[in-house]
Amino acid sequence: MEKRVKFKGLWLPILLVLPQFLITAIFFFYPAGQAIWQSLFIPDPFGLSMQWVGLGNFEFLLADRYYRASFLTTAVFSILVTVVSMGVALYLAVLADRLVKGSGTYRTLLIWPYAVAPAVAGVLWLFMFNTRVGVVTWYLGLLGYDWNHVLNEGEAMGLVVVASAWGRISYNFLFFLAGLQAIPRSVIEAAAIDGAHFWTRFRTIVFPLLSPTTFFLLVVNIIYSFFETFGVIHTITSGGPQQATTILVYKVYADGFVGQDLGSSAAQSVILLAIVSLLTVIQFKYIERRVHY
Amino acid sequence: MKRKICILAASATLGTAQAAMAQTEVEFWHAFTGRLGELVAEQVDTFNASQSDYTVVASHKGNYSETLNAGIAAFRAGEQPDILMVFEVGTATMMAAEGAVKPVHEVMAAAGADFDQSKYIGSVKGYYTSPDGNMLSLPFNSSTPVLWVNRDKLNEAGIDSDTDLSTWENVGAVLDELKAAGVDCPLTTAWQSWVHLENFSAYHNTPFATKENGFAGTDTELAFNGPAQVTHIGAMGDWARDGKFIYAGRRNEGGANFRAGECAFFTESSAGYAGISSEAEFDFEVHPLPYWEALVSAPQNTIIGGASLWVMEGQGDEEYKGVAAYLNFLSSPEIQAKWHQDTGYLPITAEAGELTKSQGFYEANPGTDVAVIQMTANEPTANSKGLRLGSFDQIRGIIDEELEAVWSGDKDAQAALDSAVERGNVLLRRFEQATR
Repeated sequence: MEKRVKFKGLWLPILLVLPQFLITAIFFFYPAGQAIWQSLFIPDPFGLSMQWVGLGNFEFLLADRYYRASFLTTAVFSILVTVVSMGVALYLAVLADRLVKGSGTYRTLLIWPYAVAPAVAGVLWLFMFNTRVGVVTWYLGLLGYDWNHVLNEGEAMGLVVVASAWGRISYNFLFFLAGLQAIPRSVIEAAAIDGAHFWTRFRTIVFPLLSPTTFFLLVVNIIYSFFETFGVIHTITSGGPQQATTILVYKVYADGFVGQDLGSSAAQSVILLAIVSLLTVIQFKYIERRVHY
Repeated sequence: MKRKICILAASATLGTAQAAMAQTEVEFWHAFTGRLGELVAEQVDTFNASQSDYTVVASHKGNYSETLNAGIAAFRAGEQPDILMVFEVGTATMMAAEGAVKPVHEVMAAAGADFDQSKYIGSVKGYYTSPDGNMLSLPFNSSTPVLWVNRDKLNEAGIDSDTDLSTWENVGAVLDELKAAGVDCPLTTAWQSWVHLENFSAYHNTPFATKENGFAGTDTELAFNGPAQVTHIGAMGDWARDGKFIYAGRRNEGGANFRAGECAFFTESSAGYAGISSEAEFDFEVHPLPYWEALVSAPQNTIIGGASLWVMEGQGDEEYKGVAAYLNFLSSPEIQAKWHQDTGYLPITAEAGELTKSQGFYEANPGTDVAVIQMTANEPTANSKGLRLGSFDQIRGIIDEELEAVWSGDKDAQAALDSAVERGNVLLRRFEQATR
């Protein structure tokens, strides 16, 4: 029998929900509504006049092949950032989980990069890979590889992915480690007695039992790579070379703050909002079914 | 900014005739930090100490883009400053904002201030004047691109460092020799669109855009995919592929390479003087920007980069009088000459240039007058007056992308410039629509 708490009357429940509702309304619904409203106009930068264009801003955007190309760039970028940051974090977490001595130190050290702001992380990686004075560039040069992310599109993408994923590894590591430690030892020991090797145990027991954590991290990391990587892109490549690293959120910034085209910028925010909502719905509807809680 | 009246408590209690001493505050938002920020503060202090009617309050609001955005946001909130510094590519945005900005010549006339527009250097003020020749904003810091030469690098490669570098043909021949001598970085540049397309077009008296580069209307279209520009970008592309032109980035990243003594030639703003003279440990020299002899017999003039001061609408008459007084103070020969000598920016009035010359500055600092001569050698034409294009900061971004495609060998010059023109025109049409 499910047990439910029932409130008498109407006012107490409303009062209890009110703070959450107000916060959502002020910080989410109001700005989102404003973005949708503004996306229907072409305003001049100073707000002196506004022209109603209906869905004109959306037509303008979707007719632009460079904007359409930026969807693909964003998809490649987000998938790479998510896979790299989660993959490395899982590997490190599995290793840390097996540690008997010194795991505290190991954990603490691994968490540090999370405290570095994305823009600062961008500058650090840019220093290492600077085409002129970068340490890594210099070593690559010794190996006969000419690193030039200023002109090479693939290298630029690789660099922003690594810089964005790096700080994220710590965060993912923490969650994976907590998830691993929550798996009952008895299950693993039983499998070991049955003769299952490490890899079999990991594939058939550990990974499925870890799936709630993995699923949570998947959602969070995709949203991170969509929105919070702006600082890294801005400091390392500014969207270049050509448009190789212009992800959607970077274009919102470029059109809104560099181009002062607030109509187009608002329309792009609305499109981003729709994409992220859709992705989250898909994740909860389809991927979550495969998650064992 | 509302008028602030400081009431002196003492005199109020005494109830004398001078009970209240009013000092009008003039708010000035700028984009300078570091040494330039200090020099701006010094100008403000000098002005405030020189009279007692007005107080200029200067605030730093971030880089050029951030300052413009801060001004726009403040205007929307009804809290705009009196004076806003806007970089040259924001000129069309500000001009189109009728009702948000007050043209400088009107401010001066309304305040009854002494304002002779002919005192200002034509090619400097031209960027900021209306089609009927009235100044809309006051040029503040202006520079123009020149060729920086590392003489030691030429000597090491066995090249006569006094060789003629006035044309790209000659520079191209020297690049061949430098490459053959094993120099890793024969040529690099800063601000590629500004130097190699915008200034290139003006210098070769070729339109960058139709309608007098946008001066005659917002229905302008880009035109920098003509044969002259294609020749130059094509040659630069060849040099890039042969390792003679090293592309370092969209802004002034190449400056680090040049200052460290790695590059023989560097095309960069004349205002790079301060940085290069303090860091370079080699014998350097300033040359006028080269031109293609095959295209023109002699170069026209180059155009400026930098920022100007715009007066915002919505302030009281007293404040505008203060603004007029401050702008006149900035234009005075002594203040201008000092600014020019301290920063390497161009003087905005001919008088300030004369004063600098008579003070012996150019003799003591050879090369500092190259930019002035290059800018003022000829009376500007419709092609060399400047650029007035909406969304131009973003169009520069598009040009950067397309030029990168040329440097990496993905596109030839014609295809890249055609594409940049086509993409830029879309933004111009949107700007036209937004400001209609």
